[in-house]
Amino acid sequence: MSDMTASAEAEIRLENRAWKKLKANRSALFGFVLVAFFIVIATAAPILPIDDPTATSWSAVRKAPSAAHWLGTDEIGRDILSRMIWGARASLMAGVISVLIAVFVGVPFGLVSGYFGGWTDQAISRVTDALLATPFLILAIALAAFLGPSLTNAMIAIGLSAMPIFIRLTRGQVLAVKTEDYVEGARAIGLSHVAIMSRYILPNVFAPVLVQATLTVATAIIAEASLSFLGLGQQPPAPSWGSMLNVAKNFMTQAPWMAWWPGAAIFLVVLGFNLLGDGLRDALDPRES
Amino acid sequence: MRNKLLVALLLGVTALTTPALADDLRIGLQEDPDVLDPDQSRTFVGRIVYASLCDKLVDITPELEIIPQLATGWSWSDDGMVLTMDLREGVTFHDGTPFDAEAVKANIERSKTLPESRRKSEVKSIESVEVSGPLQVKFNLTAPDATLVAQFADRSGMMMSPTAAAEAGADFGANLVCSGPFKFVERVQQDRIVLEKFADYWNADAINFDKVTFLPIPDTTVRLANLRSGDIDMLERLAATDAASVKDDADLQYAEAVSLGYQGITVNLNNGERGDNPFGNDPKIREAFSLSLDRDAINQVVFEGAFAPGNQPFPPTSPWYDKDYPVPARDVDKAKALLKEAGYDSLDVEVQVANNPVQTQMMQVVQSMAGEAGFNVKLKSMEFASLLKDQSAGNYTASQVGWSGRVDPDGNIHQFMTCKGGINDSKVCLPKVDKLLDEARQSTDIATRKAKYDAARDILIKELPIIYLYHPTWIWALSGKMEGFTPYPDGMIRLENVKFK
Amino acid sequence: MLSYIARRLAIAIPTLILVSIFVFVLQKLLPGDPALVLAGEERDPEMLAFIREKYRLNDPILYQYFYWVKAMLQGDLGISLRTSQPVTELIADKLPVTIQLAVMAMVIALVIGIPAGILSAVRKGTAVDYAANFIALSGLSIPNFWLGIMLIMLVSVHLGWLPASGYESPFVDPLRSLQTMIMPAFVLGTALAATLMRHTRSAMLGVMKADYVRTARAKGLLEGAVILKHAFRNALLPIVTLGALLFGELLAGAVLTEQIFTIPGFGKLIVDAVFTRDYAVVQGVVLCTAVGFIFMNLVADVLYFLLNPRMRSSL
Repeated sequence: MSDMTASAEAEIRLENRAWKKLKANRSALFGFVLVAFFIVIATAAPILPIDDPTATSWSAVRKAPSAAHWLGTDEIGRDILSRMIWGARASLMAGVISVLIAVFVGVPFGLVSGYFGGWTDQAISRVTDALLATPFLILAIALAAFLGPSLTNAMIAIGLSAMPIFIRLTRGQVLAVKTEDYVEGARAIGLSHVAIMSRYILPNVFAPVLVQATLTVATAIIAEASLSFLGLGQQPPAPSWGSMLNVAKNFMTQAPWMAWWPGAAIFLVVLGFNLLGDGLRDALDPRES
Repeated sequence: MRNKLLVALLLGVTALTTPALADDLRIGLQEDPDVLDPDQSRTFVGRIVYASLCDKLVDITPELEIIPQLATGWSWSDDGMVLTMDLREGVTFHDGTPFDAEAVKANIERSKTLPESRRKSEVKSIESVEVSGPLQVKFNLTAPDATLVAQFADRSGMMMSPTAAAEAGADFGANLVCSGPFKFVERVQQDRIVLEKFADYWNADAINFDKVTFLPIPDTTVRLANLRSGDIDMLERLAATDAASVKDDADLQYAEAVSLGYQGITVNLNNGERGDNPFGNDPKIREAFSLSLDRDAINQVVFEGAFAPGNQPFPPTSPWYDKDYPVPARDVDKAKALLKEAGYDSLDVEVQVANNPVQTQMMQVVQSMAGEAGFNVKLKSMEFASLLKDQSAGNYTASQVGWSGRVDPDGNIHQFMTCKGGINDSKVCLPKVDKLLDEARQSTDIATRKAKYDAARDILIKELPIIYLYHPTWIWALSGKMEGFTPYPDGMIRLENVKFK
Repeated sequence: MLSYIARRLAIAIPTLILVSIFVFVLQKLLPGDPALVLAGEERDPEMLAFIREKYRLNDPILYQYFYWVKAMLQGDLGISLRTSQPVTELIADKLPVTIQLAVMAMVIALVIGIPAGILSAVRKGTAVDYAANFIALSGLSIPNFWLGIMLIMLVSVHLGWLPASGYESPFVDPLRSLQTMIMPAFVLGTALAATLMRHTRSAMLGVMKADYVRTARAKGLLEGAVILKHAFRNALLPIVTLGALLFGELLAGAVLTEQIFTIPGFGKLIVDAVFTRDYAVVQGVVLCTAVGFIFMNLVADVLYFLLNPRMRSSL
């Protein structure tokens, strides 16, 4: 009993410490600001006073940034600022939902694999190995081609391709925690497997999964951009930064601004998530003083 | 000491003289060709390589007239069942085998019988080849076929060395032996194809390069960058949007020719269950759709005016174009009226399109224009492989697809518009049209054929199984130091009389 | 030692089998009929039938799979549907190109990443540390295809310093080879440099707190000697094992880079193959990559074993 109270207290102290460390970390705050900025404008897209992102205009084809079009226009006269903002929705959704898929499929498998061990563990581990042995982007391309080019399918493809990382990660954490005294104690008093996994093991898995998830969002956003760049992600006329880059590369000499903005946006969002993820890792790492 | 000096001198002399000797031409291609065997080949870009590698029985002029190449003359029998061809003297293949009537016979038989041959449908009308003299062949046909001579201006007329072909079988693509101005040296997949001058070419005086290297560079911007930096000397299929900057560049030259092909929207009239839809059932609706489009604006916005708007399988500049039906101007009011007449204020139409930037851009413009007349166009982006399958199986309403075009007008219509046509994905079937197109194939008289195609057009222009949009233009960009290049509507790069200044 | 390797190899086999099944099934499920694509524009029905027959496209999937495995065990990976070239030949042609790219990228990554990591660790907490970390993260965050396009525009088009595309083998023309590969290697290498820098930093930090480092300092050794001879040597362990794994990831990262710079390597081969439904090529290439990845993992594990004095002594 006393063991559990002590560990619960330790957990609370860890959370306080982590929160304080995170707030003090300036890079992480900067990352948070970047991410929050894009999330806010993406969510606010429908109410912002911007043009229709699919409104074409034959007279305003590939115009440089000006007062009328702050970021210029694209190859069929659509306002780039508007497409950038709506594209943020696509890219952010792609990043977050892919990772959610990866987490909600991967973590349970990892839990089961690490907890039960034996043949279950061997089977799941071999499948994970097999998935990891296939290059991530190839897997995503093949899956996206199989499902058909669309943003939803790209998200599924990326999510499934990122899943093995979470299986591995969770399994590793479970193995580390499984032998702790309080877990053994819980088994001794007859708690069910599900109860043990959810009450004692899952909380320990939470921190590293959160860190990895944040960092994987960054990878997923780049993966969506890559897939769209190859023609497999968000399909026109709906905007997405990756597909905007795919078109922009054909107009690099005539309209270079078409490539600057989406590229810069992807860079900033991904940087934000990376900084945030880094900050989370530093904050939640019990080893660093 | 003296030896060292001698060696240095020798090196210096070689260094100075070597560049002057080698006239190497480097050409940037849009794609990597597939198998380099004219009988097996199926890509447009492969033909560009063949233009330097393999001679054909006949060739074309930029005005699409058929002229001699390996055949010096030909004539039809009165009933149109026998084509007699006289062959050029003194021609040898790259491996030394002499070119003669036996070689022609062997080539045609290979095209007909090699299991991997994709030329079978082109030479279907040839029943047998008779060697009537050392340099004369007679083609005995199953039925009169006016398109045959034009077929010989393309891959089926390309003559390969029979000895080498027999030895290599289906693997001929690894080391092609023809009789063209250059012979095959090496090929590295997706990297380069290298040819070198064939000294015994019958027209060797017209050839001014020692070596030709083809480099597939899929990205149009990168390809142009290579031309500007001098890493290649010319490129094919310049992006229309780069045309202006090439024309303005004093160091580069620009050449264009309207192609033989077209791009359009194929509509599912009768191909399976999905053929039963308003768009596919009512020609008036299709006419409304066609009228809602401003083809000139599409050309201007997407292709900077470089391409040719179209409404028939042949471009308006072609001798086969039916002048009774010029390219319609946009008429949104009439389009709306026709749609209403058909019983709709607005109509949803799903159009498949290949997921490459140019076609998608073009279709987005179409989508926007048709939207103003009440058509809610939904674009279904697909990979080419899936698009082809769905179209063939009838699993579509409308599909944006094109055709690379053939020299003979029959090649642009027959397979698409006849009931049993091999590429008739809309499954249009009008017996009158069938009859006219079959008859047009059989007569060698141009006036007769034109009359028949025009008569068929009278019917088809109302039926609109394919809504033609435009005809691409082949655009080449060349370095300023080249001269003598002539653009051809078939998109081929003919190197006769081309040279560095 | 040998038993350890044997055990690892034994585990690798079911993994490889799974990979082969997985990639085979995924391929066959890809929509689109390769026979239609291969038959050419004219879609001659005779040709379609011939293609389906020749490549066994009509056979039940299980048959096709076992036939492929049987052929593979005999060293035959099938032929490319697009160009009729044997897949083994294609791989033999393309793999060295991608390996050259990977090696060059790795060199750039090591040259930039490791010194930056050491510097960052030594100057932990200072502006140098933050700056280095920020730059590293920036390197990770730039989409590599965007960086590639920008570099081509700047270096090839505007400045004309380097060719925009193409490839030359170093055995044929070393200078040209360097010129064509330096930009793509840089694009790949910078992302890797970032990861390497961060891992070096944390490995060094972990090691510098250790007792033997304090001992070395107490002995009065110069700081430089302490860092390089003692700290770094021991930090080398996690760095080396990471390096071996990153090598496998480089192969994957090369995919987009090769598309943009038109490098005829492995990555470009497989992307084109997926789009043209060139089954045999995709299967062959993915299997090769999987074998390579598993091999690199094994190498990493063995290196870990050898370099870690504690583990070695327990053998």
